[in-house]
Amino acid sequence: MTPVVGVLALQGDVREHLAALQAGGARAVPVRRAEELAAVDGLVLPGGESTTIAKLADRFGLLDPLRDAVRSGLPVYGSCAGMVLLADRLLDAAAGQRTVGGLDVTVRRNAFGRQVDSFETEVPVDGLAGGPVRGVFIRAPWVEECGADVQVLARTADGRAVAVRQGRLLATSFHPELTGDRRLHAAFVDVVRQAA
Amino acid sequence: MSTPPTGTAGTQLVKRGMAEQLKGGVIMDVVTPEQARIAEDAGAVAVMALERVPADIRAQGGIARMSDPDMIEGIISAVSIPVMAKARIGHFVEAQVLQALGVDYIDESEVLTPADEAHHIAKAEFTVPFVCGATDLGEALRRIAEGAAMIRSKGEAGTGNVVEATRHMRAIRAGIKRLGTLDETELFVAAKELRAPHDLVVEVARLGKLPVVLFTAGGIATPADAAMMMQLGAEGVFVGSGIFKSGDPAQRAAAIVQATTFADDPDVIAKVSRGLGEPMVGIDVSTLPAGERYATRGW
Repeated sequence: MTPVVGVLALQGDVREHLAALQAGGARAVPVRRAEELAAVDGLVLPGGESTTIAKLADRFGLLDPLRDAVRSGLPVYGSCAGMVLLADRLLDAAAGQRTVGGLDVTVRRNAFGRQVDSFETEVPVDGLAGGPVRGVFIRAPWVEECGADVQVLARTADGRAVAVRQGRLLATSFHPELTGDRRLHAAFVDVVRQAA
Repeated sequence: MSTPPTGTAGTQLVKRGMAEQLKGGVIMDVVTPEQARIAEDAGAVAVMALERVPADIRAQGGIARMSDPDMIEGIISAVSIPVMAKARIGHFVEAQVLQALGVDYIDESEVLTPADEAHHIAKAEFTVPFVCGATDLGEALRRIAEGAAMIRSKGEAGTGNVVEATRHMRAIRAGIKRLGTLDETELFVAAKELRAPHDLVVEVARLGKLPVVLFTAGGIATPADAAMMMQLGAEGVFVGSGIFKSGDPAQRAAAIVQATTFADDPDVIAKVSRGLGEPMVGIDVSTLPAGERYATRGW
Protein backbone atom coordinates (compact mmCIF):
# COMPACT_ATOMS: atom_id res chain seq x y z
CA MET A 1 0.00 0.00 0.00
CA THR A 2 1.24 3.51 -0.83
CA PRO A 3 0.27 5.81 2.04
CA VAL A 4 -0.91 9.34 1.32
CA VAL A 5 1.19 11.84 3.25
CA GLY A 6 0.27 15.53 3.29
CA VAL A 7 2.56 18.50 3.70
CA LEU A 8 1.01 21.53 5.40
CA ALA A 9 1.34 24.02 2.54
CA LEU A 10 0.63 27.40 4.09
CA GLN A 11 4.23 28.64 3.93
CA GLY A 12 7.74 27.19 3.96
CA ASP A 13 9.82 24.55 2.18
CA VAL A 14 6.80 22.52 1.09
CA ARG A 15 8.18 21.46 -2.31
CA GLU A 16 11.29 19.87 -0.76
CA HIS A 17 9.19 17.82 1.68
CA LEU A 18 6.83 16.69 -1.10
CA ALA A 19 9.81 15.48 -3.15
CA ALA A 20 11.44 13.75 -0.17
CA LEU A 21 8.21 11.96 0.80
CA GLN A 22 7.59 10.84 -2.76
CA ALA A 23 11.14 9.42 -2.90
CA GLY A 24 10.54 7.86 0.53
CA GLY A 25 7.64 5.77 -0.80
CA ALA A 26 4.54 7.91 -0.16
CA ARG A 27 2.05 9.67 -2.38
CA ALA A 28 2.72 13.23 -1.26
CA VAL A 29 0.05 15.96 -1.42
CA PRO A 30 -0.10 19.60 -0.28
CA VAL A 31 -2.64 20.38 2.48
CA ARG A 32 -4.16 23.85 2.92
CA ARG A 33 -7.76 23.04 3.85
CA ALA A 34 -9.53 20.94 6.49
CA GLU A 35 -11.01 18.60 3.86
CA GLU A 36 -7.53 17.97 2.44
CA LEU A 37 -6.25 17.20 5.94
CA ALA A 38 -9.04 14.67 6.44
CA ALA A 39 -7.84 12.71 3.38
CA VAL A 40 -4.24 11.98 4.44
CA ASP A 41 -2.69 9.06 6.35
CA GLY A 42 0.15 11.19 7.73
CA LEU A 43 1.28 14.80 7.73
CA VAL A 44 4.50 16.80 7.57
CA LEU A 45 4.76 20.24 9.17
CA PRO A 46 7.51 21.80 7.04
CA GLY A 47 10.30 24.23 7.73
CA GLY A 48 9.30 27.85 7.46
CA GLU A 49 8.38 30.66 9.80
CA SER A 50 6.43 29.10 12.68
CA THR A 51 4.60 32.33 13.60
CA THR A 52 3.39 32.79 10.01
CA ILE A 53 2.27 29.17 9.63
CA ALA A 54 0.38 29.25 12.95
CA LYS A 55 -1.39 32.51 12.07
CA LEU A 56 -2.45 31.23 8.65
CA ALA A 57 -3.62 27.93 10.15
CA ASP A 58 -5.65 29.85 12.69
CA ARG A 59 -7.17 32.28 10.16
CA PHE A 60 -8.18 29.55 7.74
CA GLY A 61 -9.71 27.31 10.41
CA LEU A 62 -7.02 24.63 10.33
CA LEU A 63 -5.64 24.89 13.86
CA ASP A 64 -8.43 22.95 15.57
CA PRO A 65 -8.62 20.24 12.86
CA LEU A 66 -4.83 19.86 13.15
CA ARG A 67 -5.06 19.50 16.93
CA ASP A 68 -7.87 16.96 16.61
CA ALA A 69 -5.89 14.99 14.02
CA VAL A 70 -2.79 14.80 16.24
CA ARG A 71 -4.91 13.83 19.24
CA SER A 72 -6.61 11.05 17.31
CA GLY A 73 -3.27 9.51 16.34
CA LEU A 74 -2.37 10.93 12.91
CA PRO A 75 1.37 10.38 12.35
CA VAL A 76 3.06 13.79 12.06
CA TYR A 77 6.66 14.76 11.33
CA GLY A 78 7.82 18.34 11.91
CA SER A 79 11.16 19.80 10.79
CA CYS A 80 12.44 23.05 12.34
CA ALA A 81 9.32 25.31 12.33
CA GLY A 82 7.39 22.02 12.28
CA MET A 83 9.07 21.02 15.54
CA VAL A 84 8.02 24.37 17.04
CA LEU A 85 4.44 23.79 15.84
CA LEU A 86 4.30 20.29 17.36
CA ALA A 87 5.62 21.38 20.76
CA ASP A 88 3.30 21.60 23.75
CA ARG A 89 5.45 24.35 25.29
CA LEU A 90 7.61 27.12 23.76
CA LEU A 91 10.44 29.30 25.01
CA ASP A 92 11.30 32.57 23.21
CA ALA A 93 7.95 32.53 21.44
CA ALA A 94 6.49 35.60 19.74
CA ALA A 95 3.79 37.40 21.74
CA GLY A 96 0.64 35.28 21.65
CA GLN A 97 2.23 32.57 19.47
CA ARG A 98 0.07 29.44 19.22
CA THR A 99 1.08 25.89 18.36
CA VAL A 100 -0.67 22.72 17.25
CA GLY A 101 0.93 20.82 20.12
CA GLY A 102 0.74 17.12 20.93
CA LEU A 103 4.45 16.53 21.46
CA ASP A 104 5.19 16.62 25.19
CA VAL A 105 8.33 18.77 24.94
CA THR A 106 9.53 22.29 25.65
CA VAL A 107 11.12 23.75 22.51
CA ARG A 108 13.28 26.87 22.43
CA ARG A 109 12.79 28.87 19.23
CA ASN A 110 15.87 30.10 17.32
CA ALA A 111 17.89 28.39 20.06
CA PHE A 112 21.07 28.02 18.00
CA GLY A 113 21.03 31.76 17.19
CA ARG A 114 20.46 33.99 14.20
CA GLN A 115 21.18 33.20 10.55
CA VAL A 116 24.90 34.04 10.89
CA ASP A 117 25.03 31.18 13.45
CA SER A 118 23.21 28.70 11.19
CA PHE A 119 25.36 25.66 10.40
CA GLU A 120 25.73 22.19 8.94
CA THR A 121 27.07 19.19 10.81
CA GLU A 122 26.95 15.40 10.87
CA VAL A 123 24.23 14.10 13.20
CA PRO A 124 24.00 10.42 14.17
CA VAL A 125 20.34 9.44 14.58
CA ASP A 126 19.40 6.46 16.77
CA GLY A 127 17.81 3.64 14.82
CA LEU A 128 18.75 5.04 11.41
CA ALA A 129 21.07 2.68 9.52
CA GLY A 130 23.78 3.92 7.16
CA GLY A 131 25.67 6.47 9.25
CA PRO A 132 24.92 10.03 10.40
CA VAL A 133 22.66 12.42 8.49
CA ARG A 134 23.84 15.81 7.25
CA GLY A 135 22.08 18.13 9.69
CA VAL A 136 21.27 21.56 8.23
CA PHE A 137 20.38 23.89 11.12
CA ILE A 138 18.80 27.21 10.08
CA ARG A 139 17.87 29.57 12.93
CA ALA A 140 17.05 26.22 14.44
CA PRO A 141 15.18 25.33 17.62
CA TRP A 142 16.22 22.65 20.12
CA VAL A 143 14.29 20.53 22.59
CA GLU A 144 14.99 21.81 26.08
CA GLU A 145 12.82 19.43 28.13
CA CYS A 146 11.09 16.16 27.30
CA GLY A 147 8.09 14.42 28.85
CA ALA A 148 8.37 10.79 30.03
CA ASP A 149 7.10 9.29 26.76
CA VAL A 150 9.49 11.21 24.54
CA GLN A 151 12.58 9.51 23.18
CA VAL A 152 15.59 11.61 22.13
CA LEU A 153 16.93 10.23 18.83
CA ALA A 154 19.80 12.67 18.23
CA ARG A 155 21.91 15.26 19.99
CA THR A 156 24.50 17.75 18.79
CA ALA A 157 28.12 17.61 19.99
CA ASP A 158 27.25 19.95 22.86
CA GLY A 159 24.42 17.68 23.94
CA ARG A 160 21.37 19.54 22.62
CA ALA A 161 18.41 17.30 21.74
CA VAL A 162 17.67 17.85 18.03
CA ALA A 163 15.54 14.85 17.04
CA VAL A 164 12.74 13.34 19.15
CA ARG A 165 9.97 10.81 18.83
CA GLN A 166 6.83 10.24 20.85
CA GLY A 167 4.74 7.41 19.41
CA ARG A 168 3.65 8.53 15.94
CA LEU A 169 5.06 12.04 16.33
CA LEU A 170 8.56 12.80 15.05
CA ALA A 171 10.42 16.12 15.09
CA THR A 172 13.86 17.34 14.03
CA SER A 173 15.56 20.71 14.57
CA PHE A 174 17.32 20.27 11.23
CA HIS A 175 16.16 20.00 7.60
CA PRO A 176 16.72 16.58 5.98
CA GLU A 177 14.46 17.79 3.14
CA LEU A 178 17.22 20.17 2.01
CA THR A 179 19.70 17.33 1.52
CA GLY A 180 19.41 14.42 -0.88
CA ASP A 181 19.23 12.01 2.08
CA ARG A 182 15.72 10.48 2.14
CA ARG A 183 16.23 8.07 5.07
CA LEU A 184 14.33 10.09 7.70
CA HIS A 185 11.41 10.65 5.35
CA ALA A 186 11.38 6.95 4.46
CA ALA A 187 11.40 6.12 8.19
CA PHE A 188 8.43 8.44 8.72
CA VAL A 189 6.58 6.89 5.79
CA ASP A 190 7.13 3.53 7.54
CA VAL A 191 5.52 4.95 10.69
CA VAL A 192 2.56 6.10 8.57
CA ARG A 193 2.31 2.69 6.88
CA GLN A 194 2.30 0.87 10.22
CA ALA A 195 -0.33 3.22 11.65
CA ALA A 196 -2.68 2.84 8.69
CA MET B 1 25.66 7.96 20.53
CA SER B 2 28.88 9.38 19.08
CA THR B 3 29.76 13.07 19.15
CA PRO B 4 29.31 14.94 15.87
CA PRO B 5 32.07 17.36 14.80
CA THR B 6 31.56 21.09 15.25
CA GLY B 7 29.30 22.62 12.62
CA THR B 8 30.19 24.80 9.66
CA ALA B 9 28.46 28.18 9.33
CA GLY B 10 27.82 30.16 6.16
CA THR B 11 27.77 27.25 3.71
CA GLN B 12 25.93 27.59 0.42
CA LEU B 13 23.31 25.11 1.64
CA VAL B 14 22.74 27.07 4.86
CA LYS B 15 22.43 30.37 2.94
CA ARG B 16 20.19 29.10 0.15
CA GLY B 17 18.31 26.91 2.63
CA MET B 18 17.35 29.97 4.67
CA ALA B 19 15.57 31.42 1.62
CA GLU B 20 13.76 28.10 1.09
CA GLN B 21 12.22 28.59 4.55
CA LEU B 22 10.80 31.98 3.49
CA LYS B 23 8.92 30.58 0.46
CA GLY B 24 5.23 31.34 0.23
CA GLY B 25 5.73 34.24 2.59
CA VAL B 26 5.73 38.03 2.62
CA ILE B 27 8.70 40.17 3.65
CA MET B 28 7.72 43.66 4.73
CA ASP B 29 9.65 46.95 4.82
CA VAL B 30 9.57 48.55 8.28
CA VAL B 31 11.18 51.71 9.61
CA THR B 32 10.42 51.42 13.36
CA PRO B 33 10.20 48.64 15.98
CA GLU B 34 6.46 49.39 16.21
CA GLN B 35 5.99 48.72 12.49
CA ALA B 36 8.08 45.55 12.83
CA ARG B 37 5.70 44.29 15.51
CA ILE B 38 2.68 45.06 13.31
CA ALA B 39 4.33 43.13 10.46
CA GLU B 40 5.13 40.12 12.68
CA ASP B 41 1.61 40.16 14.04
CA ALA B 42 0.19 40.22 10.51
CA GLY B 43 2.13 37.06 9.60
CA ALA B 44 5.23 38.40 7.82
CA VAL B 45 7.96 35.76 7.38
CA ALA B 46 10.62 38.46 7.82
CA VAL B 47 11.00 42.22 7.96
CA MET B 48 13.33 44.51 6.03
CA ALA B 49 14.69 47.17 8.38
CA LEU B 50 15.32 50.50 6.68
CA GLU B 51 15.31 54.18 7.50
CA ARG B 52 12.91 55.34 4.80
CA VAL B 53 10.58 53.28 2.64
CA PRO B 54 11.25 53.64 -1.10
CA ALA B 55 8.28 56.03 -1.59
CA ASP B 56 9.88 58.45 0.90
CA ILE B 57 13.34 58.01 -0.65
CA ARG B 58 11.75 59.07 -3.95
CA ALA B 59 9.92 62.01 -2.41
CA GLN B 60 12.80 63.31 -0.31
CA GLY B 61 15.71 62.62 -2.67
CA GLY B 62 19.34 62.78 -1.54
CA ILE B 63 21.71 59.86 -1.05
CA ALA B 64 20.06 56.76 0.41
CA ARG B 65 22.42 54.67 2.56
CA MET B 66 22.48 51.73 4.98
CA SER B 67 20.31 52.38 8.04
CA ASP B 68 21.53 53.56 11.43
CA PRO B 69 22.80 50.54 13.45
CA ASP B 70 20.76 51.66 16.48
CA MET B 71 17.61 51.52 14.42
CA ILE B 72 18.46 48.06 13.03
CA GLU B 73 19.23 46.75 16.52
CA GLY B 74 15.96 48.19 17.81
CA ILE B 75 14.06 46.22 15.19
CA ILE B 76 16.09 43.04 15.79
CA SER B 77 15.18 43.17 19.48
CA ALA B 78 11.51 43.97 18.77
CA VAL B 79 10.63 40.81 16.81
CA SER B 80 11.40 37.08 16.76
CA ILE B 81 11.15 36.66 12.97
CA PRO B 82 14.19 37.16 10.67
CA VAL B 83 15.38 40.72 10.08
CA MET B 84 16.90 41.76 6.75
CA ALA B 85 18.61 45.06 5.95
CA LYS B 86 19.80 46.86 2.83
CA ALA B 87 23.34 47.71 1.76
CA ARG B 88 24.16 49.93 -1.23
CA ILE B 89 25.21 48.14 -4.43
CA GLY B 90 28.97 47.53 -4.20
CA HIS B 91 29.27 48.87 -0.64
CA PHE B 92 31.02 45.89 0.92
CA VAL B 93 31.75 47.71 4.19
CA GLU B 94 28.06 48.44 4.77
CA ALA B 95 27.60 44.69 4.26
CA GLN B 96 30.35 43.91 6.78
CA VAL B 97 28.64 46.18 9.31
CA LEU B 98 25.24 44.57 8.74
CA GLN B 99 26.78 41.13 9.20
CA ALA B 100 28.40 42.28 12.46
CA LEU B 101 25.00 43.56 13.65
CA GLY B 102 23.57 40.07 13.17
CA VAL B 103 21.02 40.74 10.44
CA ASP B 104 19.69 37.52 8.90
CA TYR B 105 19.86 38.50 5.22
CA ILE B 106 21.38 41.46 3.35
CA ASP B 107 19.60 43.01 0.39
CA GLU B 108 22.22 44.53 -1.93
CA SER B 109 19.63 46.96 -3.17
CA GLU B 110 19.13 49.32 -6.08
CA VAL B 111 16.69 51.25 -3.85
CA LEU B 112 19.72 52.75 -2.09
CA THR B 113 22.14 54.95 -4.02
CA PRO B 114 24.84 52.73 -5.62
CA ALA B 115 28.33 52.99 -4.11
CA ASP B 116 30.05 51.37 -7.11
CA GLU B 117 28.96 51.71 -10.72
CA ALA B 118 30.90 48.69 -11.99
CA HIS B 119 31.10 46.10 -9.21
CA HIS B 120 28.65 44.39 -6.96
CA ILE B 121 29.71 43.01 -3.57
CA ALA B 122 31.64 39.71 -3.65
CA LYS B 123 28.98 37.95 -1.64
CA ALA B 124 30.25 34.37 -1.38
CA GLU B 125 32.90 35.27 1.21
CA PHE B 126 30.30 36.51 3.72
CA THR B 127 28.69 34.28 6.36
CA VAL B 128 25.40 36.15 6.08
CA PRO B 129 23.38 35.40 2.91
CA PHE B 130 22.44 38.03 0.30
CA VAL B 131 19.37 38.69 -1.83
CA CYS B 132 19.76 40.78 -4.99
CA GLY B 133 17.39 42.31 -7.51
CA ALA B 134 17.23 41.30 -11.18
CA THR B 135 15.34 42.47 -14.24
CA ASP B 136 16.09 39.42 -16.39
CA LEU B 137 17.74 36.00 -16.30
CA GLY B 138 21.25 37.18 -17.16
CA GLU B 139 21.27 39.69 -14.31
CA ALA B 140 19.94 37.06 -11.89
CA LEU B 141 22.70 34.62 -12.87
CA ARG B 142 25.43 37.27 -12.55
CA ARG B 143 24.26 37.96 -9.00
CA ILE B 144 24.15 34.23 -8.18
CA ALA B 145 27.70 33.87 -9.54
CA GLU B 146 28.79 36.60 -7.10
CA GLY B 147 27.22 34.60 -4.26
CA ALA B 148 23.61 35.79 -3.99
CA ALA B 149 21.57 33.07 -2.22
CA MET B 150 18.20 34.49 -3.23
CA ILE B 151 16.91 36.62 -6.13
CA ARG B 152 14.00 39.04 -6.34
CA SER B 153 12.56 40.90 -9.27
CA LYS B 154 13.51 44.58 -9.07
CA GLY B 155 10.22 46.02 -10.17
CA GLU B 156 10.13 49.75 -9.57
CA ALA B 157 10.22 50.31 -5.81
CA GLY B 158 8.19 53.06 -4.17
CA THR B 159 5.71 53.46 -7.02
CA GLY B 160 2.86 51.22 -5.88
CA ASN B 161 2.78 50.21 -9.54
CA VAL B 162 3.23 46.52 -10.28
CA VAL B 163 3.95 46.92 -14.01
CA GLU B 164 7.74 46.67 -13.74
CA ALA B 165 7.65 43.68 -11.39
CA THR B 166 5.40 41.99 -13.95
CA ARG B 167 7.87 42.79 -16.72
CA HIS B 168 10.81 41.40 -14.73
CA MET B 169 9.03 38.25 -13.56
CA ARG B 170 7.95 37.51 -17.13
CA ALA B 171 11.46 38.19 -18.44
CA ILE B 172 13.10 35.87 -15.91
CA ARG B 173 10.52 33.17 -16.54
CA ALA B 174 10.83 33.47 -20.32
CA GLY B 175 14.62 33.31 -20.06
CA ILE B 176 14.43 30.09 -18.04
CA LYS B 177 11.94 28.50 -20.46
CA ARG B 178 14.09 29.39 -23.45
CA LEU B 179 17.17 27.70 -21.96
CA GLY B 180 15.16 24.50 -21.68
CA THR B 181 14.74 24.42 -25.46
CA LEU B 182 18.46 24.73 -26.28
CA ASP B 183 20.96 21.97 -26.94
CA GLU B 184 24.46 21.69 -25.50
CA THR B 185 26.07 23.72 -28.29
CA GLU B 186 23.49 26.50 -28.10
CA LEU B 187 23.94 26.84 -24.31
CA PHE B 188 27.49 28.14 -24.88
CA VAL B 189 26.09 30.95 -27.01
CA ALA B 190 23.27 31.55 -24.52
CA ALA B 191 25.86 32.01 -21.74
CA LYS B 192 27.65 34.58 -23.86
CA GLU B 193 24.42 36.42 -24.68
CA LEU B 194 23.24 36.36 -21.06
CA ARG B 195 26.69 37.51 -19.89
CA ALA B 196 26.46 34.75 -17.28
CA PRO B 197 28.69 31.81 -16.29
CA HIS B 198 28.23 28.77 -18.52
CA ASP B 199 27.90 26.32 -15.60
CA LEU B 200 24.98 28.30 -14.14
CA VAL B 201 23.30 28.51 -17.55
CA VAL B 202 23.57 24.72 -17.91
CA GLU B 203 22.21 24.25 -14.37
CA VAL B 204 19.14 26.43 -15.07
CA ALA B 205 18.50 24.60 -18.36
CA ARG B 206 18.58 21.29 -16.48
CA LEU B 207 16.52 22.39 -13.43
CA GLY B 208 13.96 24.50 -15.30
CA LYS B 209 14.27 27.06 -12.50
CA LEU B 210 16.88 29.23 -10.80
CA PRO B 211 19.20 27.35 -8.41
CA VAL B 212 18.06 29.76 -5.66
CA VAL B 213 14.68 30.99 -4.44
CA LEU B 214 13.00 33.68 -6.58
CA PHE B 215 10.84 36.34 -4.88
CA THR B 216 9.17 39.36 -6.41
CA ALA B 217 9.53 43.00 -5.34
CA GLY B 218 8.94 46.54 -6.52
CA GLY B 219 5.46 48.03 -6.67
CA ILE B 220 3.31 45.38 -4.98
CA ALA B 221 0.48 47.25 -3.23
CA THR B 222 -2.58 44.96 -3.09
CA PRO B 223 -3.44 41.31 -2.30
CA ALA B 224 -4.23 40.81 -5.99
CA ASP B 225 -0.79 42.20 -6.98
CA ALA B 226 0.89 39.66 -4.69
CA ALA B 227 -1.24 36.80 -6.00
CA MET B 228 -0.54 37.74 -9.64
CA MET B 229 3.21 37.67 -8.98
CA MET B 230 2.87 34.24 -7.35
CA GLN B 231 0.95 32.98 -10.38
CA LEU B 232 3.74 34.35 -12.58
CA GLY B 233 6.23 32.13 -10.77
CA ALA B 234 7.38 34.13 -7.74
CA GLU B 235 8.03 31.97 -4.68
CA GLY B 236 7.24 34.81 -2.27
CA VAL B 237 6.75 38.56 -2.07
CA PHE B 238 8.55 41.65 -0.79
CA VAL B 239 6.25 44.55 0.00
CA GLY B 240 7.98 47.87 0.51
CA SER B 241 6.01 51.08 0.69
CA GLY B 242 2.73 49.30 -0.11
CA ILE B 243 1.85 48.47 3.50
CA PHE B 244 2.86 51.37 5.71
CA LYS B 245 1.95 53.98 3.09
CA SER B 246 -1.63 52.65 2.98
CA GLY B 247 -4.66 53.58 5.06
CA ASP B 248 -4.79 50.50 7.32
CA PRO B 249 -1.34 48.85 7.41
CA ALA B 250 -2.16 45.99 9.82
CA GLN B 251 -5.15 44.80 7.85
CA ARG B 252 -3.50 45.25 4.45
CA ALA B 253 -0.42 43.36 5.65
CA ALA B 254 -2.50 40.41 6.86
CA ALA B 255 -4.52 40.42 3.61
CA ILE B 256 -1.38 40.30 1.45
CA VAL B 257 -0.04 37.39 3.55
CA GLN B 258 -3.26 35.45 3.03
CA ALA B 259 -3.44 36.24 -0.70
CA THR B 260 0.15 35.01 -1.12
CA THR B 261 -0.68 31.63 0.44
CA PHE B 262 -3.93 31.27 -1.52
CA ALA B 263 -2.67 32.95 -4.69
CA ASP B 264 -4.52 30.41 -6.85
CA ASP B 265 -7.89 30.90 -5.09
CA PRO B 266 -9.81 34.00 -6.33
CA ASP B 267 -12.50 33.52 -3.66
CA VAL B 268 -9.94 33.95 -0.89
CA ILE B 269 -8.36 36.95 -2.66
CA ALA B 270 -11.78 38.57 -3.07
CA LYS B 271 -12.56 38.01 0.59
CA VAL B 272 -9.30 39.43 1.94
CA SER B 273 -9.38 42.40 -0.46
CA ARG B 274 -12.54 43.85 1.13
CA GLY B 275 -12.47 46.82 3.50
CA LEU B 276 -8.75 47.48 3.36
CA GLY B 277 -9.06 51.26 3.14
CA GLU B 278 -6.93 53.38 0.86
CA PRO B 279 -4.01 51.74 -0.96
CA MET B 280 -0.84 53.79 -1.32
CA VAL B 281 -1.05 56.51 -3.94
CA GLY B 282 0.82 55.18 -6.94
CA ILE B 283 3.09 56.61 -9.59
CA ASP B 284 2.81 56.00 -13.33
CA VAL B 285 6.27 54.59 -14.03
CA SER B 286 6.29 55.96 -17.59
CA THR B 287 6.32 59.50 -16.14
CA LEU B 288 9.53 58.85 -14.16
CA PRO B 289 12.67 60.48 -15.57
CA ALA B 290 15.42 57.95 -16.42
CA GLY B 291 17.52 59.01 -13.40
CA GLU B 292 14.70 58.14 -11.01
CA ARG B 293 14.28 54.57 -12.24
CA TYR B 294 15.91 52.36 -9.61
CA ALA B 295 15.68 49.22 -11.77
CA THR B 296 18.40 50.58 -14.08
CA ARG B 297 20.87 50.50 -11.15
CA GLY B 298 22.96 47.30 -11.12
CA TRP B 299 25.21 45.85 -13.78
